[in-house]
Amino acid sequence: MAIPITYNLRNLIVRKTTTVMTALGMALTVAVLIADLALVEGLRTAFQASGHPLQILVMRKGSNAELNSSVTREALQILKAKPGFAVNGAGEPMVSPEVLTVINLPSVDSPNGMNLTVRGVSQTGVGMREMKIQDGRWFQAGQREVVVGKSVAKRYPNAQPGKRLRFGRGEWEVVGVFDAGESAVNSEIWGELNQVGSDFNRQDTVSSVLVRANDAATVQALANSLADDRQLGVEAAREREYYEQQTSAGAPLQFFGLLVAVIMAIGSSFAAMNTMYAAVSRRAKEIGTLRVLGFSRGSILLSFLIESLLLSFIGGVFGCLLALPLNGVTTGIGSFATFSEIAFNFRVSPSAMLTGIVFALVVGAIGGLFPASNAARKEILTALREI
Amino acid sequence: MKVINYLPLITKNSFRNRRRSLLTIGSLMVSLCLLVLLMAMYQVLFYGGEQTPAQAVRVLMRHKVSLGHPMPLAHEGKVRQVPGVKAVSVQQWFGGTYRDARDQRNFFARFGVRPADIFKIFPEYELPAEQKQAFERERTSCIASRILANKFGWKPGERITLVGDFLPITLELTLVGIYDEPYKDEVLYFNWDYMREGLAASGTRNELEESVSQFLVQTETPADVPRVIKAIDSMFDNSPFPTKTETEQEFIISFVSFLGNLKLFLLAIGGAVTFTILLVSANTLSMSVRERIREVGVLKTLGFTPGTILGVLLGEGMAVAVAGGALGCALAWGVCAMLRNAEIPIPQLRVMHVTPLIVSISLLIALLIGLLSALVPAIGAARRPILDSLRHTG
Repeated sequence: MAIPITYNLRNLIVRKTTTVMTALGMALTVAVLIADLALVEGLRTAFQASGHPLQILVMRKGSNAELNSSVTREALQILKAKPGFAVNGAGEPMVSPEVLTVINLPSVDSPNGMNLTVRGVSQTGVGMREMKIQDGRWFQAGQREVVVGKSVAKRYPNAQPGKRLRFGRGEWEVVGVFDAGESAVNSEIWGELNQVGSDFNRQDTVSSVLVRANDAATVQALANSLADDRQLGVEAAREREYYEQQTSAGAPLQFFGLLVAVIMAIGSSFAAMNTMYAAVSRRAKEIGTLRVLGFSRGSILLSFLIESLLLSFIGGVFGCLLALPLNGVTTGIGSFATFSEIAFNFRVSPSAMLTGIVFALVVGAIGGLFPASNAARKEILTALREI
Repeated sequence: MKVINYLPLITKNSFRNRRRSLLTIGSLMVSLCLLVLLMAMYQVLFYGGEQTPAQAVRVLMRHKVSLGHPMPLAHEGKVRQVPGVKAVSVQQWFGGTYRDARDQRNFFARFGVRPADIFKIFPEYELPAEQKQAFERERTSCIASRILANKFGWKPGERITLVGDFLPITLELTLVGIYDEPYKDEVLYFNWDYMREGLAASGTRNELEESVSQFLVQTETPADVPRVIKAIDSMFDNSPFPTKTETEQEFIISFVSFLGNLKLFLLAIGGAVTFTILLVSANTLSMSVRERIREVGVLKTLGFTPGTILGVLLGEGMAVAVAGGALGCALAWGVCAMLRNAEIPIPQLRVMHVTPLIVSISLLIALLIGLLSALVPAIGAARRPILDSLRHTG
């Protein structure tokens, strides 16, 4: 027969100071773990949202990032003549040559300057992303004008509509802020292809070419046909895969966060053990009484284990509550693929919270096992005689 | 009566419930170890660790935006004219791919240098003389740091192929030496001239031959460093190739800013850990005082004043916390020693040290935590009337 859970609940309530203190200690551990998971999850979301499933990113053979790729204009002409591209509203094939460079601007976090990607695109390129102007207007052809992503506008005091940025061969006017959903391009500054290209000596080459296939059935065939063309000398990767690979930029932070959470968990399990040992020794008489009433050693063990799990569950829930305000908070991380900063939001997902609670329960089980078996082993008479 | 007279009582009390004390000390040890590691990390990442004499006179100069942006070689002659500059040499960042770029493990720093200069500017690098000569003599040779060579199991004679990306050439190198250095960086140096020959032969990019990604600058004395940095950067400020000159410490810090807002994370986690320690310690002490209410009553009847009782209980709190702190420092020292040659995603953490400053700070924190956490239960126990205490049933 099992001892009712209300017995454990009442005990936790009676010793409320100890319960709250132990649970709070565990909550902090869980919060660190959830924060770590939320960071990685946020980074992954930003990169996953960045690629269109039908789009292919074309770069020079051997390049693993847009920044160190170059595609000549001749190759671009050959590529454009190929069949199989989707056509946009204006009747043009969806082929977008793009120029990429990096500039340095002071940000909120690093007043000494952080690197930012500047992308030169054509009208076609803009049409191939799901983005809209949130403030101001798009850049105009032939003008030294740029628009900035919403994350850039938030984090860089100089990148505001109406202000001027100095990079390349002179000044550029910021004319608008764009919103690209969750995509990583929110961390970029966009200008017109030819303007940006000529400022960075990129008239003869472009960095990369983004193309879109007609439908899901032909994407891989199109990518293969581009990559296999010797004349082009390019690599063609699905846009989505290209961005997904960059999630590894978060690996150092992820490693660090996990390490901290595990060390804290060891400390927390010791603390939980302490609390449960105290509970067992204070209730020695009760344990004796329970045994006299006919509860078996097994049910005593189970009961104390459940109490420890309940305690850690409370800690886990506290931890979720502590980590929840992080959801949506923006932070930035540098990517070595682009040599520039990508802003993303922490995402406290339900699965991260569940992981946190399970983690707390594991810590609670480890902390509760020894005290519970200690309680179960008590001899009835000795237990009753204890004060 | 002197405090020293109460020490046996404090020690005895601390081990009254041995299991609890050990668990508490264990918990504090782990948490304080973490706190010590966080401090060591903070020191390495934001103060660049301890500076060696060679580092004190060395600055790195690069394009203001990034290592990927080249500067004209002509900058070198101008820098040499700056008062306080003793030597200048080049260091060319070679991105490229070793084996498979998709595996992060294959990522390490590769630089083209002038073999004759490198050991003048990095006098702390230790390499047998014959390996040094081989590096200077053979154009396709390269040398690697000990930690890098160990990572891939390289031995002298190893053939290493680097496929370029922004530099459109492939380098076929032979390892001729493995050097020892105190920073535990994963670095490979090859002959810059060999790379330039390759670029000249490919003929496509003439401007790359005459440009370089970094200049290594050595000053006469450490005191010259700030002035030299300022002189160099202001000299090129309005040129088409503005520069950023910084000490190696600053270079590491700018690299760290790339990992995200670590400073804030470290502070937040440090705060959380400290608070956890406080909770654990306060919880244990109040449990142990609660069990002893009657005993305290007995002590009072024997003539112990409330002040003495307060002191003994506070002493007990501090003793347990400081024991945890000392063990935590020792544990952290062990972790640092273990990381010294480990393969980790943040290579800077290999040079973490538990310095005397960090030890004293963490012991002080432990002492304060012990004091704070004992305060409430101790005051309660000291104030409780004797009769009330004696009547109490646990």
